[in-house]
Parts: sequence; structure tokens; C-alpha cells
Amino acid sequence: MRLPSRPALVAAAAVLALTSCGSGTQSGGSITLTITANSIEGGKNSESAAWIKKWVIPEFEKTHQNVKVLFQGNGVDDEQYKTKIALDLKSRTGADVIDLDGIWVGEFAQAGYIKPLTEVGGAGVEQWEGWSQIPQAVQGLGIFDGKKYGLPQGTDGRVLFYNKALFRKAGLPETWQPTSWQQIIDAGVKLKAAGVPTPVQIDAGTAMGEATTMQGVLPLLAGAGSEIYASGKWAGASQAVKDVLGFYQQIYGGSGLGDPKLQQEAKGRDKSFAQFAAGKIAILAESDYFWRSVIEPKAGVAPMPDRDQVVGYAKIPARQPGGGIRGQDFVSMSGGAVRVLNPFSKNPKLAWELLAFMHSAAATKSQLAGQARISSRTDVNEEVLTADPMLKYVADEVLPVTAYRPGLAVYPQVSTALQEATAAVVGGKSADEAAAAYQGRLEGLVGGAANVGG
Amino acid sequence: MARPTSAADAAGLGRGRAVAFVLPALVLIGVFLLFPALWTVYLGLTDYRLTGLAAADPQVVGLDNYTTALADPRFLSSLWLTLLYVGGSAVVGQAGLGFALAWILRSRTGPLRRIVEGAVLLSWILPSTVVGMLWFALLDRDDGTLNALLHTPGFAWLLDYPLLSIIVFNVWRGTAFSMMLYSAALENVPPSHLETARLAGASVPQQLRDVVLPTIRRHVLTNLLLISLWTFNDFTPFVLTGGGPEGRSEILPVYVYRVALQDGQLGVGAAISFLILLINLVFALAYLRLLRGRRRTPEAAAAGGPPA
Amino acid sequence: MIRHTVGRLAATVFVAVVLAFFALPMLWLASAPFDDTPTITTSIPEFTLRNFAAVLDNPYALGSIRNSLIQGGGAALLVVVLSALAAYALSRVRLPGRDVLLYLLLLLSSVVTGTAAMVPIFELATRLGLIDTHLGVILVVSAGLLPAAIFILKDFMDETPTSYEESARVFGASSLQILRHIVVPLVRPGLATIAVWALASVWGGFLFQFILLRDPDKAPGSIILYTLYTEGGAPRLDLISAFSLLYSLPVVLMYLFVSQRYGFRFHGGIKR
Repeated sequence: MRLPSRPALVAAAAVLALTSCGSGTQSGGSITLTITANSIEGGKNSESAAWIKKWVIPEFEKTHQNVKVLFQGNGVDDEQYKTKIALDLKSRTGADVIDLDGIWVGEFAQAGYIKPLTEVGGAGVEQWEGWSQIPQAVQGLGIFDGKKYGLPQGTDGRVLFYNKALFRKAGLPETWQPTSWQQIIDAGVKLKAAGVPTPVQIDAGTAMGEATTMQGVLPLLAGAGSEIYASGKWAGASQAVKDVLGFYQQIYGGSGLGDPKLQQEAKGRDKSFAQFAAGKIAILAESDYFWRSVIEPKAGVAPMPDRDQVVGYAKIPARQPGGGIRGQDFVSMSGGAVRVLNPFSKNPKLAWELLAFMHSAAATKSQLAGQARISSRTDVNEEVLTADPMLKYVADEVLPVTAYRPGLAVYPQVSTALQEATAAVVGGKSADEAAAAYQGRLEGLVGGAANVGG
Repeated sequence: MARPTSAADAAGLGRGRAVAFVLPALVLIGVFLLFPALWTVYLGLTDYRLTGLAAADPQVVGLDNYTTALADPRFLSSLWLTLLYVGGSAVVGQAGLGFALAWILRSRTGPLRRIVEGAVLLSWILPSTVVGMLWFALLDRDDGTLNALLHTPGFAWLLDYPLLSIIVFNVWRGTAFSMMLYSAALENVPPSHLETARLAGASVPQQLRDVVLPTIRRHVLTNLLLISLWTFNDFTPFVLTGGGPEGRSEILPVYVYRVALQDGQLGVGAAISFLILLINLVFALAYLRLLRGRRRTPEAAAAGGPPA
Repeated sequence: MIRHTVGRLAATVFVAVVLAFFALPMLWLASAPFDDTPTITTSIPEFTLRNFAAVLDNPYALGSIRNSLIQGGGAALLVVVLSALAAYALSRVRLPGRDVLLYLLLLLSSVVTGTAAMVPIFELATRLGLIDTHLGVILVVSAGLLPAAIFILKDFMDETPTSYEESARVFGASSLQILRHIVVPLVRPGLATIAVWALASVWGGFLFQFILLRDPDKAPGSIILYTLYTEGGAPRLDLISAFSLLYSLPVVLMYLFVSQRYGFRFHGGIKR
């Protein structure tokens, strides 16, 4: 191995250093805008990346002759993506239009990483035609402290999916709508007796991450009549939280209704999908994502060719009729992604034009590209969702009863504490013990017992 | 026969030129290692977070992060797991197996030796992203190759024996370094000394203790220092178990990842990183004492002092 | 004699078991990429090359291997050159505080390669204009590897005899000439080993590469491998298995090349 001489090394380093500069945005009078998202062609969320590259960019450049739009794709865990975006914004750099999970809006705003849309994009923001098309509740995904920080891309709703073939085998009705938690347990017992290996799958434990909170704890908590954060206080070891943990115990505490091991595995959620598709799980709580991307007959992760015949869906019941939040009989939770403007953008007005363009009716329809999902726009939904009865069901029946998570910086840790509480129950602790430990942890997280409700 | 002695300066390098030779490395290390490391130590004294109010206006909180961490049962259990992990996989596993292989293969040549060395080295150089997948495929509960081989369908290795799983994994992953180092070291042991010992009726353990160990003491020291340090900071088990179930394989690097990246508590994460450094320092000092303190035999002394 | 035979037999059995242990996890890498419907179970494949065709269809896969070569190769070269210079000087001349310094740097490298140093590294790279450049990745990862490289190489250099250097000096060779023509040939296996070690370390690295790079066209294979998942986080095993194999090949080839050409070991070429 021959060593290069020192002057050569220095020269090489200098050349490399020089080429690394000049990453400015202006070149030859034309303007460059950048979009970033946690999606990448050929990988995670490939369709959305392809839509940006193949539709958004050419269409926008058509009407903006001197503008060049770039797309920076990512395909990683949400936390890693969030970290990268936060670092960018902290250093006042980064893409002009940024994809965020709606739940991050609050903490990013608190950190000064993002600013209200009108402050960045100017007066044009309020006059945008799209606002009238986005329901107030969905707009809430991009709102923090009463100010609009981002445009929502769409939303989802959570339901109970069930396998009609297994229900038939267990002598249960094929059209099923439980009206209390007990009816879920009762169905589970019958399914177990009929030989179904895992009658019920409600995500639990820390390995499933936010899925545990979103698919399990929070909908159940809403069904027990409580929100995780209400009027300035977090839900501690209240009766509602104990009820939720008690329900977990009924499923995972030796009854055989659920599979405790599955909740601990690093890839447990994927496996639960595969097992549902294979007819080993009868009832599974998930968002409509499960319907359109997991068991989708052709392109799904765990495709079910006979999905439309075999899979049923039911609203998540309150603990007992009328026992849910706002006195509801049925409950759900919703989330969704938003797009925000980078407050440090060199061309904020133009960035807003791009953002608004990405949320126009034409763009939204193009993104769906024949595939049905619940967009943020009512006009588009009315056109598209008729094609899919399940999504129509979510839009018409579930979204009216849904609720959203609090967008505060400490929420992810509270969520982790909730996951740990379910993990403790799955691991054999009693609901009371798990609730007490959760209370202790919660107080540490949110700054003392004063911020915790009973 | 010229023994390598640092003080002699046989090459006539001179202090000035020696500094010039060290400088490029030192500059790079200074800018991209020392500076960020000191910055991290400073962050450990603040309540800095990735997002939220504390990101906009971090406050110096003194040693709060340290007292919080040391009082956190999760940190303490993570520390204990890490000690078991380092002890089991590096000190006993990698060093032991690496030495055994070096000892057994030392007198062999031919294809067997090449194949064994090749397999051991391959597991060392495969990208960690790939390696995680390989072990996942091996140990999985439902479709893992191991369960298929042992006819133990549904046996959840990663859930029932998470720590043991990652220890075995790390032995697989890192034995190559110890094997190579000890192979080189054993070439320093004069065969005639071993022959003499054997003729005098010394058993293999006696030969190892009386003839081999004194000669390779310094290599043992280097080896233990490096593999302990590397294992202490090894993040790869995260791919296998994610730290679970319920933190039962949450070794310190995974704990830091969870605190700093998943929870966004960068200040606390930085403080724990510094604690890890201190623990590593304790380890290093212990090895030095153990292996350098009793330098009785002339061979060990002649092999050049340990690098400290 | 019997004891010897038994011992030899036991040793052979031991070696066979160890070989099986090390080979077992790699079987999946040999079978799944060629399997028509790869699962995580290792099985005799339903032979196909379709998975590789699918990898070629991925817009970033091949380019990412090129990026890994640039970043890994650059870092390996930088680490070898700088650590060889430093280790040689530290081995031959007693600089004050040298050993303590080496230990401290070794310990600090563990802090900086961890998650917690992410923010300082990122801010530093931003201010130096190194974000989204190969150079930024090379410099950051090299700095993390250098202390251990110097540490190992210094040991190596300590063991090479200095008599040749003395003679060369007598004949008027300069220090750099001595290093290049006498020392380097002696420690070549060590340099080669360090190069492979550095390359392999960079090859699997994820976090810093991810944070420092923006354009997916510059991302190394370790990042692209992580993208081969669906929206729900389910792995695309067809792509992952085939890409894993392709991605492992350059490191393995470099190892084979190096071990053929220079020997892959920690000891100088000349017996004392």
C-alpha cells in the first residue's frame, strides 16, 4: 500500500472542501424549492414519493417557469425522521415544504422550529380556497394554540376488524357490532372454544410503540369516558385508566383470548397482520390503513384475496353504552400527517404556493390515483370514497365520534408510559399495580402531581 | 537483535517531525471527535431536548441529569445488563473462544484452517444492518431456522432468553478480532519453550499459564481493552430485540438511544453517555492493574511495556 | 500418545462445532436471495433471480453501493494514512503524555460514536458546510475510528524491528522515505487489516450517515436497506435479502483480496 505524499493529500482535501460548498439555492436566476417527506421511491411509502416526483414537481414547474423543485426522500423510522427534521430546523436550514406527523406540530411550534402559516406564507394563506373543504376537526391536526401551522393531508379512523368465516365457525353473527367491552370478551370466549388460536388482538406493550397507544390504550380510554389530556391535566391512575388496564388483563392475563408473547416481539405487529390474514386472529383493532394497505387483496403487506367477503368491521364500543367520552356509545381515535412551511425558507411565498398546490383538489385526487383513502378534502372524499364501502363507513360513521391526541412535547413520553403499563399487565402484573407505577412515572414526566388528574 | 524500544528513536525522526506526523490525525480527531465530545459533556449539564420549550431555551441544570439517571431503576438495571453483556460476550465469549481458536489452529494449515478463519472473519465484516436480519431469521419464534433445526416450533429465544441471545450473537459477531490478535500473539511464543514444558510433563493448562500467558500478557491487555470498549458501545442488539421484552435486553447504548432519540431528552442522553465513558475508564484501569501490575517474567518485560 | 490422539480428536470436534455455529446464521444469506417467495426461514430455495431484478428496479439500490464505496473507501484510506503516520511517530518517539492521550481519545471515541453526540456533530457539520456531502460523512466517521486504529497500529509498529530504519538512516534516507520504503512494507498486513476493519465499520453505519446526508442519491447502502419496508413497517424480504447479499459482496471481496495479497493479520512480516 503506497502512501500518497502530504501535499497531494492537502490538495485533495482542499478540492473536496471546495466542491462541498456551493450548495446554495439560487443558480442562474432560477429558484430552487425542496420538499421532504418520510417516503422514498422503491421503499417506504413509495407511492407518495412517486406522486411528488412524477406529478407534483412537473405540474408545478409547468406553471412556474423559473422554479426548480427537488424532492428529498427518506425511508426510516418515524423517530429518526423526526430527529433529522428537528436538527435541520434547529440549524435554520432544511427543505421548504416538510412532511410532519400531526402529533409533532405542538412540540415543533414550542421549540420555535415552525411558525404559523400566515406568518411564513403571507396574507395569501387565509384566502386559500381549500380551507372551506377541510372539516374543522381535520384542520385540528395542523393547529396548535389556536394557530394553523400545517395543512392536513388526510386522516384515519380506528375500528375493530373481524373475520366473518371464523365468526361463522363459532356460531357468531356475521354482521357484528358489539355495544360493550363485555361483548368483545364474550365473542372471544366463543371463538376460543371454536378453536381459533388467538381470538382477540389489541396492541399492547412497548415493542409495538405508538401502535399500542393509538390502536389500544387511547380508544379504550375514550371508551371508558376519559381523554388522556383534558383541561390542562393528564389522566393518571384514574378509574378509567384502571378499567382500560383491566380490559387488557381480561385478554392477556391467562384467558388465552390474546397472545401475550406476540405483544413483546420486536416485529409483533407485522406478525399480527400476517396471522389475521391467515385466519389465526379473529378480532383486531386497527386503523383503516389495515384495510387499504395490509389486507388489500393485491398489493397489501399481508394480502387477503377474499378480503371483501371475509373481513367485517365494527365501531369500537364504549365500555358500556353511553360510557364513552362526550357520553358516546362508540369511540375512535384519529391521526394524520400534515405539511408545514419551513420558517427559514428563502422563498416563503413561493413555498406556500407549492404547499397549497400540493393540497389542491386536483393534486389530492392525483395522489389517491384511483386508490381510496380518506383525504383531508371533503370535495375529493365525496368523489373517491364511494368506491370503497369500508372507507365510506369510516368517513360517515367513525370520524364523527373520533378524537385526537394532544400535540405536546411530552406526549411521546406519556405514550411510552402507557405502553409500559400495558406491558406490565401483559407480563402478569395486576391492573392496579400497573396503574400505580404509571401514575408515578407520569408525575415525573409532566412536572408533578399538580398536572395529573385523578 | 534490536529490540523495539521507543526511546531509541532508531529512525531519527526527532520530536519535531514526530509531531508533524501525528498532527494530521490529531487535527481531524480534535475537530470531529474532541470538540463534539466536550460539547456533549456540556449538553449533559443542561435540560436540552430535541423539541418543545426546552429546545428553544435550554437551561443549565448542573448535575441533575446525573442524579436522575443514577436514581432511575431502569438505568441501574440497564447498567447491570451491560456488565453481564460485556462480561459474557466480550471478556469470556470473544476472548475465550478467540484464544481457543487461535490455540487450536496455530499448528494447523490447509483448507480447514482457512475455512474456519474465513467463516469467523466473515461474521465480523458483514454490515451490521445485514447481520441483524440474519440473526432475526435464525432466532425468530415462528419461522426461525433454529427452531426448524431443533424441532422446537414456537420457542421464543429472543423473548425468553433475550440477554443470552444477544450475548451469543455478539460472540458470533466479534470473536474474529480476538482470534486474529491471539494468533499473532502466539507466534511470539517460542515453540522450544512449549516443547520443554511438555517434556517436563506440564499439562496444557500449565503450559498456558507458565509459558504462554507471560509472553502474550500485553496482547491480552490490548484485546480486553478494545473488545470491552466496543461491546460497551455496541448498538447492534437493538436490531434483534429492540431492548425488549420489557427492557430485559436494554443495554446502555440502547438505553441512550431510547432516552436521546425516542424520548428526545438530549441532555439526559448526553449525561448517560458520559457515565458510560467513566465506566469504561474504570474497566480500562482495572485491566491495566490486573495485567500490568505483576510483570515478573523477563519475557513480558522484553516484549515492550504496555502502552500506558 | 493416547492422550494426544484424544486431544486432537476433541479439538477437531470443537472446530467443527464452531464452524457450524459461525456458518449457521449465514445460510439465510445464501438461500433467501434466490428464493421465489423468501421468508425468514432458511430453506432450499425455489430458485429465481427475480429478487435481484427487483433490486435493480429500485432507483437507489445500485447507486447506494457506489456511495458506500466512496464513503467507506474514503474513510478507510484516510484512517489508514493518518493512523499509520501517527502510530509510527508515536511508536518511535516518546512524546510527552502520549499513552494517556491515546487512552483518553479511545474513551472519547465511544461517546462520539453514540447517539448523544448527534447534535454537536450535526451543528459542526452544518457550520463547516459539510451537510449532504460525502466528505462530511468521511471526516466524521474517520475521526471516530482513528483512535482505535492508532492504538492497534502502534502496537503493531512497536513489534517491528528498528534495525533496518537505522541502516537506512545511515545511508541518508529521509524519514518519509524510511516510512514509505521500509516501515510500510513491514506493517502492510496491519495496514490492510485496519483498512478492512474501517471499511466494514463504515459499511454498516447508519445514524450519522442518515443525519448528515439529505439527497437520497448520496445515501449509502445501509440507509437504503432500511427503506425497503412498506408503510406499515413490514419488511420487503425479497428486496432485503437480495440487496443484503449484494451489499455484503464488496466488503467480502475486499477482505479476500487483502488476505490473498497482504495477509490479514496483526503481526509483522519479519520474525524477530
